[in-house]
Amino acid sequence: MSRTASIYGINGPLIYLKTDPGFKISEMVYVGAERLVGEVIGLKRGMTTIQVFEETTGLRPGDIVEGTGAAISVTLGPGILHNIFDGIQRPLAEIAKNAGKYITRGVSVDSLDTEKKWDVTMKVRVGDVVHGGTIIAETPETPAIMHRSMIPPHIQTATVVSAAPDGAYTVLEPIVTVELPDGKREEIALAQKWPIRVPRPTSKRYPAGKPLITGQRVLDTMFPLAKGGTAAVPGGFGTGKTMTQHSIAKWSDADIIIYIGCGERGNEMTQVLDDFSKLVDPKSGALMMDRTALIANTSNMPVAAREASLYSGVTLAEYYRDMGYDVAIMADSTSRWAEALRELSGRLEEMPAEEGFPAYLASRLSTFYERAGMMLNLNGTEGSVSIIGAVSPQGGDFSEPVTQNTKRFVRCFWGLDKSLAYSRHFPAIHWLTSYSEYTDDLTAWYRQNVSPKFMEYRNQFMTILNQESSLMEIVKLIGSDVLPDDQKLTLEIARVIRLGFLQQNAFHPEDTCVPLEKQFLMMDTIIYLYEKCRTLVNMGMPVSVLRQQKIFERVIAIRYDVPNKDLNLFEEYKKEIDAFYEHVLEING
Amino acid sequence: MAIEYLGLSEINGPLVVLEGVKNAANEEIVEFLMDDGTQKIGRIIELYEDKAVIQVFEGTDNMSLYNTHTRLTGHPMELGLSPEILGRTFNGIGQPIDGLGDINPEMKVNINGLPLNPVSREYPRNYINTGFSAIDGLTTLIRGQKLPIFSGNGLPHDKLAAQIVRQASLGAAGEDNFAIVFAAMGVKYDVAEFFRREFEESGASEHVVMFLNLANDPVVERLLTPKLALTAAEYLAFEKGMNILVILTDITSFCEAMREVSSSKGEIPSRKGYPGYLYSELATLYERAGIVAGGTGSVTQIPILTMPNDDITHPIPDLTGYITEGQIVLERSLHGQGVYPPINVLPSLSRLMKDGIGEGFTREDHQDVANQLFSCYAKVGDARALASVIGEDELSPSDKRYLAFGRAFEAEFVGQKESENRDIMETLEKGWNLLGLLPREELDRINTKILDKYYKETGR
Repeated sequence: MSRTASIYGINGPLIYLKTDPGFKISEMVYVGAERLVGEVIGLKRGMTTIQVFEETTGLRPGDIVEGTGAAISVTLGPGILHNIFDGIQRPLAEIAKNAGKYITRGVSVDSLDTEKKWDVTMKVRVGDVVHGGTIIAETPETPAIMHRSMIPPHIQTATVVSAAPDGAYTVLEPIVTVELPDGKREEIALAQKWPIRVPRPTSKRYPAGKPLITGQRVLDTMFPLAKGGTAAVPGGFGTGKTMTQHSIAKWSDADIIIYIGCGERGNEMTQVLDDFSKLVDPKSGALMMDRTALIANTSNMPVAAREASLYSGVTLAEYYRDMGYDVAIMADSTSRWAEALRELSGRLEEMPAEEGFPAYLASRLSTFYERAGMMLNLNGTEGSVSIIGAVSPQGGDFSEPVTQNTKRFVRCFWGLDKSLAYSRHFPAIHWLTSYSEYTDDLTAWYRQNVSPKFMEYRNQFMTILNQESSLMEIVKLIGSDVLPDDQKLTLEIARVIRLGFLQQNAFHPEDTCVPLEKQFLMMDTIIYLYEKCRTLVNMGMPVSVLRQQKIFERVIAIRYDVPNKDLNLFEEYKKEIDAFYEHVLEING
Repeated sequence: MAIEYLGLSEINGPLVVLEGVKNAANEEIVEFLMDDGTQKIGRIIELYEDKAVIQVFEGTDNMSLYNTHTRLTGHPMELGLSPEILGRTFNGIGQPIDGLGDINPEMKVNINGLPLNPVSREYPRNYINTGFSAIDGLTTLIRGQKLPIFSGNGLPHDKLAAQIVRQASLGAAGEDNFAIVFAAMGVKYDVAEFFRREFEESGASEHVVMFLNLANDPVVERLLTPKLALTAAEYLAFEKGMNILVILTDITSFCEAMREVSSSKGEIPSRKGYPGYLYSELATLYERAGIVAGGTGSVTQIPILTMPNDDITHPIPDLTGYITEGQIVLERSLHGQGVYPPINVLPSLSRLMKDGIGEGFTREDHQDVANQLFSCYAKVGDARALASVIGEDELSPSDKRYLAFGRAFEAEFVGQKESENRDIMETLEKGWNLLGLLPREELDRINTKILDKYYKETGR
């Protein structure tokens, strides 16, 4: 019963129909002879509005629109990882095979490879009672990740009436047949569909309790993000949003990374693909790409698919979460997604709210970010989806609507600062504008797993940095020479913290990812130095004398000089600081 | 046999509405014939059943509701291409204006282009030596990059772009393989003439394709000009394997034209009256730079845009910066001090630089030196701010050294003689000489080993 209608009007990515063949909102449709993919977004008596995920050049009024009956969905199954998709989950490598170097229109490719045979180990037997989420089979999807196929969540209870033996199957071959309580039977294959705009159900949401460890000092120590948490990285162009996202994608301890390039540069996606196909994940020993799926909807690809890409990505993430994995989503950039909303809204002639953005911007953002969380899954496993969204505020001004609305729904805010970026202080996350609401939730974890003093030191760092900023106000007016020595020392230690701790070199093999133990020992050493110096200053030693000893430079260089594997060296530094203390006393005593 | 429609039902600015059309396609090109024999072309931008909204490129002067014959061409805007286009000059809608006759096309290509599949791209890594220390040293241009010049009216961006073209050893592998595509959108006659003369004097004019839409040419044509130019560039790069440098000037005029058309379509404006799809439109231009994996050609873009009122937060430079891989920012106060090129290095950036420099590309110390120069020059700003409050005499010795460093940096590193062409080693040497003005403890961005090897204190 295919339902069809003919096009009445075309306006950019939107098409209008005069007749209504009973389409549903969010239904996927095929448009025109080339069968472009579209989605129903508005229904009025006598007027149906459809957004088309591909260029509409060449469409004509009268062309046929055909309904599929299903909401716009992604296909879930093995083969998602180590792959790169467009915004509506078409694999780009397949498109390249079929269509050449450009992405042409109406390319019909399956989301997952339907030919490939996967090595399946069955986990259920005939007679087992299963529920939505029950794991029925396992497949090594990549060397790093075991893929767990599950009963689709819409099935409440059912009994397995037939199960295939272990062996090699394609994603389409049914492996299990279940009988529902009403006697209906349903065949289940490795590949399943899920509508992108509907969150996958879970049993329960846990409060935040474990950090997502990224190896980035300014994040892990100063502004930690919890697993299942949400963070925003706003910053003007050139402040390092993408670099921050790349670092987290590379080094964070999530099991799975979903990287969404939403309206960003083509070369950047190529770079991620390039890098991740070569880099080895130190945890699993497999390639980074083996735990990563990329969604690339570059800025020149159709705008409606850009709007969909975020939802596609989060649905993939939820799927892996249901298997019991910790998933982190990098969304670069949510502003481009918001602009896609604005563009479509403008074409729909909706009443604009702030700066032309539609009034529903805030509610759309909140439904996106609320799909993050640390969850108890239907099958009893625990998994999390953490969302790290880049925001590209217009003119680098954080007061614009996307940044402001995002701020309301995320609990971690890593504000990138232009002046830090200009002086090449990277990551340019500014310690005064950023915050993390997770610090309290995570204190217990840090106390138990790293050191009881971890948070205390972190807070001490924050105090010193805040003091520095207010002292700098004075310095800007009258210079640093007139400050008393204890304040000069605060400035000096703040400098050590900024250069030796907050700054991190993403291109240095040791410095690019730093384990928590080293982060702690670095703090420990800096605080130790601070205390020794404070004693000296209290005895009346001028800071200029302390500065002659080069000890500050030695401590700043720890980040390069102490290898991540050789943390015993920190003892040497303490001895050196002691020696410095004695030496200063000696020469000035 | 195409149907001709007589008359129009509405004319509004650059847009006309035609009713009763049959079988029209979105984005299709139409031809108009007025009863006095003049011809114009237009493009269908909206369609409602039998009603088409058409954008007229040459402007709607002389059109009336009754005197116009309209004919559908059945295809979107296309450009005929062949290797003959090298050395030729076209107007803003791709018609030859150099009197050398029509092009005999080998293929016709839709000028809207298609998005390049990220899987088929090759990540750009080869640096281009432009001969400017500020660019080569600090914001290195990479083959296949899109690096715009953010300028202002009255600043020497044209001179800079022309000199980059002249000095860029882009075609070092073989001169024949190198070509320039130049697109002028709404620029003054003098500017177009300046570039033409420059290309001629440098002997490159055989390798240049020019698309000229001058300030007094129809505004709507400007929307096509860069797309034509990029179509030609992609053809030469990806079909003919050439290394192409595309200069687009002035992006601001392109955006103004878009705003003009948008407002006459009655669209809901977003920031400063520009349409909501400004970002997408700009992206479809800029993203047409790059390298295709497995090919030999490349498209490198240097778009020039004049920031309205020198405001870098204006939507045009702002959105551009979010799409392009960095930017080179010109600064009026440096220009006032006679520094050429007046590049303000702090907001300038090249995103592809990190992967195209260093050992094996330029020299091992390149990245560190660049970072250190940026960091030190950022401190110069603080020292200057302080000096303006308490006077230079009262500054601490360290701040005084920074002031000296800042002056030398602007005069000797950024500033260079016109037509001076520095190679990268010379640039790095100059960088080290400047860093020598500062005590070693201040150099906190450089690896200890590299400092040992290159650092020599010269200041005092």
